[in-house]
Amino acid sequence: MISEKGLLRLSLLFAILCWLSLVLADLFLLFAEINEADAGITKEIPQLLLSLFIILVYFFFKIRIQKAESINFIDLLWHVFSTGLIVSLVQLAVSLFFYLLSDSKLMQNPLMVNFFYHINLGAIIVFLISTFIVWKRLILYQKNKRLLIIWQIFEYSLLATLLYSFFQIGSQQWLFNGLLGVFILYGLVLSFNLKWIAYLNFKQKWRSILLLALVILYLYYFINNLFGFSQEFNLIMDLLDNVFILSIAGFIFLYALISILVILFNLPTSSVFEQKISEVLNFQRLSQSIQKGDSENQVYEVLLESSNNAVFSTSAWLEIHQNGEPYDILKSNITDLKINQVRKSIQDSGIFSYLNKHRANDFQKDLNLNKLTANLNDPDYGSVLVMPLVIQDRQIGLLVVLKDVSDGFNKEMINIISSFVNQACISIENFELLTEVLKNERYREELKIASRVQKSLLPHSLISDKEFEMHAFYESADEVGGDYYDFFKTAEHKTAVIIGDVSGKGTSASFNMSQMKGVFHSLVQFDLDSKAFFTRANHALGHCLEKTSFITAAYYIINSQDKSISFSRAGHCPGLYFNKKEGKAEYFHNKGMGLGIVRNDSFKKFIDISKINYNSGDILFLYTDGIIEASNQEGEEFGYDRLSSYLEQNSEKKSEEIQDGLIKYLYDFIGTENLEDDYTALIIRFL
Amino acid sequence: MINIETHIEEEDHIIMVEGDVDASSSIHLDEALTELANDDSVKFILVDGTQLNYISSAGLGVFMSYIDDFKNKNIKMVIYGLSEKVLNVFQILGLDQLMTIVTDKKEAKEKLHEIQS
Repeated sequence: MISEKGLLRLSLLFAILCWLSLVLADLFLLFAEINEADAGITKEIPQLLLSLFIILVYFFFKIRIQKAESINFIDLLWHVFSTGLIVSLVQLAVSLFFYLLSDSKLMQNPLMVNFFYHINLGAIIVFLISTFIVWKRLILYQKNKRLLIIWQIFEYSLLATLLYSFFQIGSQQWLFNGLLGVFILYGLVLSFNLKWIAYLNFKQKWRSILLLALVILYLYYFINNLFGFSQEFNLIMDLLDNVFILSIAGFIFLYALISILVILFNLPTSSVFEQKISEVLNFQRLSQSIQKGDSENQVYEVLLESSNNAVFSTSAWLEIHQNGEPYDILKSNITDLKINQVRKSIQDSGIFSYLNKHRANDFQKDLNLNKLTANLNDPDYGSVLVMPLVIQDRQIGLLVVLKDVSDGFNKEMINIISSFVNQACISIENFELLTEVLKNERYREELKIASRVQKSLLPHSLISDKEFEMHAFYESADEVGGDYYDFFKTAEHKTAVIIGDVSGKGTSASFNMSQMKGVFHSLVQFDLDSKAFFTRANHALGHCLEKTSFITAAYYIINSQDKSISFSRAGHCPGLYFNKKEGKAEYFHNKGMGLGIVRNDSFKKFIDISKINYNSGDILFLYTDGIIEASNQEGEEFGYDRLSSYLEQNSEKKSEEIQDGLIKYLYDFIGTENLEDDYTALIIRFL
Repeated sequence: MINIETHIEEEDHIIMVEGDVDASSSIHLDEALTELANDDSVKFILVDGTQLNYISSAGLGVFMSYIDDFKNKNIKMVIYGLSEKVLNVFQILGLDQLMTIVTDKKEAKEKLHEIQS
């Protein structure tokens, strides 16, 4: 494909070539006529070349002249004007040449005359076609389908008239006039598409009138020139015989004339249109300002400026409130001193008391906008409009607009200010919501880190021993939880295992859980019995737990030398023990007390120490109350019995399978995977 | 959901706790108990747990935190009417060894006065 630029150059080149051939062909014909010789070419050849030239020029400008946008109407008109200027200069030069040489023989030479006529002809065609394309762009600004079809019929039938020239040998005047009349009427109808005019501001309108008037002047001059030539000289080719050229000239004239008239009539109302457009633009600015990453303050500034401009106010100020108190003020053409004076006058007008009433109601009711404006008893200002900025039920600011005349605010103005204020509030609310979302996102990230840290507090790998195998399952309801389990080999044959649950859940629970881990690892080194362990742990934790917090735990010491387990329970759910020989799973019944509940020496009397012997195939099942208390939709708890009978039925399975099966059983029971509490299970099977 | 109502019968202040006491609703229980603890005229508290469906560790923490307070202020508290499930939660934690928990209101009142005498 040839680029647009290439097409432009190509059409320009061919247009020039066509014009040159046209000149040559015409002069050749003329020369032959004068000398009464056979030219060897028919009269149709120049007509063909002329049509080709017109089409190429048309093609050239079609590419060259860009689409009409609201910003370039004047540029388009300017283009017409400058083209016209160049064409006029060419014609003036030709006229000057004729004037200077009017007496010389040279001017009597028809070849010379026709040559200059062809220069004029080319220039005028360039002007007409380029102006025609500009008119097309203007008419089709804000086009609809119907308009487009009407225009296309016009344009294509105009181009079709180029063919007419070939049949003009029998020159039928009535057909010529008829066609011309139809096109001019058609052009007149099209000339009422003047939407672009509404988008001109006052200054642009004046300039348009000037430029359009110049276009008419050009046109008059050019046509006059053509007539002059036509009457004075014997022309081999007369443009005035061309329907296409005359129709286009007529259309250009009509459109320019009607445009001038319509612009003239529009002049007085143009300020209103300008006002409306600026309102729309301001509205857009208000709604977009936040998205561009501006701060709230910029929204306030735009609001103050737009409101000011929208109602032609004398002065205005915008109070910005924080926590119900004004903390900043934006002023427009007013001093602090004056603000205080005016505030008193507004107080007298009763607007503030009306607003206070609504504020007390949390702005649940719609404001009566008409009650927000009043006349003032003030030397400088005649009327005021007060508009609160409200987001949901809180006031974030107050806009006060002042005018030097009384009754200065009509319904229209009040509505536009109200819309501005609403839009600003929406922008600010969006901004606040966005900020909040970002903040929450940051918290979520922090929690994710906390969750990772906490998971790392639990043992990474489970112990494998000749005597037993261990499996653990841990799941927390929130990012961080309060369940804890751990173990430590205190001697070759002794392993201490702890499971714990911190009261409450979430972040606070997870902090206490990490304290529990610290306590466990400090005390486990001393190889204490389970009761001594808890007594010391209670003492340590009593100093760091909050008043309402406690920790439940169970502590087991597995001794592989004498195949025994000694254990104590500090308020934790009793351990479940499966005895293979009896084929039964039972809960321990030892006494206990949660850590941190009794924070004095009497604690130890609440702790029992128990001891059992284990055999191969026995299972010690430790868990937290999340499993027992997990409840289904009907509010029924999973409970102790379900757990013990599950263990009895699945005791032959591997620890891992017991664990997986239990998790599935539990989730099936509660019917969802949304946890209410933290779940921990620790399965120890003796080998 | 939780519903806490306090009323006075002679010299006994009765707190009726209804529903689930979990981490968030335990605040209301705490408020009710604080009010009584700060009232010098209060000497006898009965906690009616007949409508108490569930109590979480946070709820237990609230009761626990008042044991010493009440002892220091010479306030007697008896809990009664707990369901087996809820009672079990108190027992597992060991709170039944620190607080007086009985089956019904009549027994609770007797216990309250027995302690007094």
